[in-house]
Amino acid sequence: MTFKTFIGLEIHIELKTKAKMFCRCAADYFGHEPNTHVCPVCLGLPGALPVPNKKAIELTIMVGQALNCQINSFSKFDRKNYFYPDLPKGYQISQYDLPFCKNGEFLNVKITRTHLEEDTAKLTHLRLDGKEVSLIDFNRSGVPLLEIVTEPDIKSSKQAKGFLKKLAQTVRYLNVSDCNMEKGSMRLEVNISLGKDRLPDYKVELKNLNSFRFAEKAIDYEIKRQRETLEKGEKPIQETRGWDEKRQRTFSQRTKEEAQDYRYFPEPDIPPIRLNEKEVTEIKNSLPELPEEKKQRFIKVYRLSEYNASLLTENIKTANFFEGSASLAQKEGIETSKIANILNNRKINISKISTGKFVKDILDEKNKVQIKDQDLDKIIKKVLENNQEVVKEIKKGKEIAIEFLVGQVMKETKGQVDPNHARSILREKIKSA
Amino acid sequence: MNIDQLTIVKAKEGLKKKEFSSLELVEGYFKNIKKKNSQLNAFITLCEKEALLEAKKADKLISEGVKKSLLGIPMAFKDNFLTRGIKTTAASKVLQNYIPVYDATVVDKLKKAGVIILGKTNMDAWAHGSSGEASDFGLTRNPYDRNKVPGGSSSGSATAVASRMALAATGTDTGGSIRQPASFCNVVGLKPTYGRVSRYGIIAMASSLDAIGHLTKTVADSALLLGITAGQDKFDATTSPSPVGDYLKNIKKSVKNIKIGVPKEYFREGLEQNVKSKIKAALKEFEKLGVKVEEVSLPHTEYALAVYYIIQPAEVSSNLARYDGIRYGLGRKMFAGEAKRRIMLGTFTLSSGYWEAYYLKAMKARTLIKEDFDKVFKKVDALITPVSPTLPFKIGEKTADPLKMYLSDIYTVTANLAGIPGISIPAGFVNNLPVGMQILGPHFSEDLLFRLAYHYEQKTEFYKKKPV
Repeated sequence: MTFKTFIGLEIHIELKTKAKMFCRCAADYFGHEPNTHVCPVCLGLPGALPVPNKKAIELTIMVGQALNCQINSFSKFDRKNYFYPDLPKGYQISQYDLPFCKNGEFLNVKITRTHLEEDTAKLTHLRLDGKEVSLIDFNRSGVPLLEIVTEPDIKSSKQAKGFLKKLAQTVRYLNVSDCNMEKGSMRLEVNISLGKDRLPDYKVELKNLNSFRFAEKAIDYEIKRQRETLEKGEKPIQETRGWDEKRQRTFSQRTKEEAQDYRYFPEPDIPPIRLNEKEVTEIKNSLPELPEEKKQRFIKVYRLSEYNASLLTENIKTANFFEGSASLAQKEGIETSKIANILNNRKINISKISTGKFVKDILDEKNKVQIKDQDLDKIIKKVLENNQEVVKEIKKGKEIAIEFLVGQVMKETKGQVDPNHARSILREKIKSA
Repeated sequence: MNIDQLTIVKAKEGLKKKEFSSLELVEGYFKNIKKKNSQLNAFITLCEKEALLEAKKADKLISEGVKKSLLGIPMAFKDNFLTRGIKTTAASKVLQNYIPVYDATVVDKLKKAGVIILGKTNMDAWAHGSSGEASDFGLTRNPYDRNKVPGGSSSGSATAVASRMALAATGTDTGGSIRQPASFCNVVGLKPTYGRVSRYGIIAMASSLDAIGHLTKTVADSALLLGITAGQDKFDATTSPSPVGDYLKNIKKSVKNIKIGVPKEYFREGLEQNVKSKIKAALKEFEKLGVKVEEVSLPHTEYALAVYYIIQPAEVSSNLARYDGIRYGLGRKMFAGEAKRRIMLGTFTLSSGYWEAYYLKAMKARTLIKEDFDKVFKKVDALITPVSPTLPFKIGEKTADPLKMYLSDIYTVTANLAGIPGISIPAGFVNNLPVGMQILGPHFSEDLLFRLAYHYEQKTEFYKKKPV
């Protein structure tokens, strides 16, 4: 039996703002002493009120535009009510029916919505003084969190991985988030189901996917598991499953017998947000060049191969380094494709070299080579004529004697030539003589 | 110094002219508190030691010529206003030992203006109630008749001001919790426009309805306080940037030719005859002041209480979720009956399957009630209505029947639903029990409300009648 695979993604991305979403505490929590970035608002103390961070809203709209979403001119925050110790107010401020962005498309995958919410505190379960305890760190409580939801348009683990990589790359280009799966600044939930021709009436949610690789493996495993279930004539259970990396399989975490009722209602502490066209256009105009556009421009303007352009635009730092070097190189008459080749092939550590030094090194190398171009032929001819005995020995098989000739060439050129290069020309001349 | 006759305006004068010191003032109030509070139970927490210390500091500053608008003036604060270092309970056992780490914006503003905190006043727990009987720390009594309720939920604040245990007190009004007790206790109660005064640091009841105001003896005192507490707050996104007027300065401006509407829906069955006749008499006084009075209609009034009792518990159920006993306070099992009732009601109306029928419908009706006011304020400048359909009722009379209790708010909830300002002022006595009158106006019309109330007050001077 053949089945179609339906994969939808829910991606959470922590925004790189200075302050948290609804208070002025520092949003940067990674590696900080627990409960040091807290205030009445993010601790959920009595009387505390949320005031939205404008920058976070701008960044959300930037991402929405990069994903070709419609921007809602009228949106609002809502309360998602549920109890959990990591949720200090007993509700999460999120967006329900009027998200900032909706109906987008990215890499042929439809984007349902992109909305803004707040992160929860971090729970650590451990044994302390012989007792099982849960510790709460509120530094993460209230960090702005972007949620991107796709339609179930993705057909394979490979496509999912490609989508995620490209999405992370784009978000990093926008300088909106680090999208680091290991550090938790990008988190992933995968909804996956198999149907004969259309979306079936069940879905399995995959969680705890801490890397793109795990996501890929978990999806593949899950496709196989669900197919086998269906082939037995059974329907897979609607549930949440996690990925067990040790055993290389997914495992059931929670069955959703009844959908949780979050009792959403409009957040009364925050007035609705109206965005006029001018503001939206301004944000759109402030978008940097995105990876795909940059790649196409590199191909066109710098006459690069698709391969070289892809590698150079993988992250914005390399792309900027290349452009900086290329403009310097052009003044010196060095071809930009050569700069691209050297950058890609020699694995240059761009954080340890300036574009100026990088281009100068290439120039020096080229000058060495230039001596050869003009005079090397003559010099080699002269060396061969003056050492005909040595040439005969080499021809008889005494390969090592060539080093004497290389030495002679180096002497004549005052070391201005690459000995490897001289050696290979000498070999060629001797062979053809 | 005669505490019985004192108002904030007079106390300021007295301090300025050195007729008495802030220390004498504070000592005077504690003398009254010691005499009366054991009977009336208006306070949950008293801050005598700190207040005396602050009074000495204030006197020193006064002698140094420091000028602050309320320097050395003692006030009481409803116990849902967070006061740094002073226990704040919202009259619930859940928070019986809770000591806040920060001041509410209003507390901060009043402290900076020089106010001295006498103590924290009793209230219906979490501000749920209309009689002051729902406090976890014992009920408060009406100073004009100790067998009657003082109204609620700002029960302790109204009683404290009426019985001269404080010059003024803060209050919160979600459905009438300032105006109704003011009416029952013969004091002036102001519910400002939603967004006029910051809610930051005040234990939330229903966030879209909560208004932060105060109870004073006179209209001038009310205007003076609003001038300090009003204004945009960077910690409350719902506060308005519209400028704060000089309310006290404008208070004496003539009210001649101002048009007052009398909404007929507020005078139908359910309104006690003796209350009605007091309001009618008040309207006659206004006409004598040159005010034009006409009957108007607010056709959706009959839905207001139902709408209020859907939206308010919905927000309550969410706002009380943080009291889980994990970070502070005691556990959920400490919630008393009325809070539990509202949590259950609100959780129910927000649940999927019921949300459309209750919450969504109520929100739509709320819009219609707002539009009623928008329309009527195109015709008239302000409205006059009763505050409560009844006189102060007997202690225990309505505790067994929540619906009957909820009806106490029937004339006050509309202002909260529409976000408009309202002021309750003394309008006379029936059998020695106070009757209040409500003046409502368009958004940010506090200026006009004070003027109307002031001119009426100057003619009638009911505020001078003190409790027995």
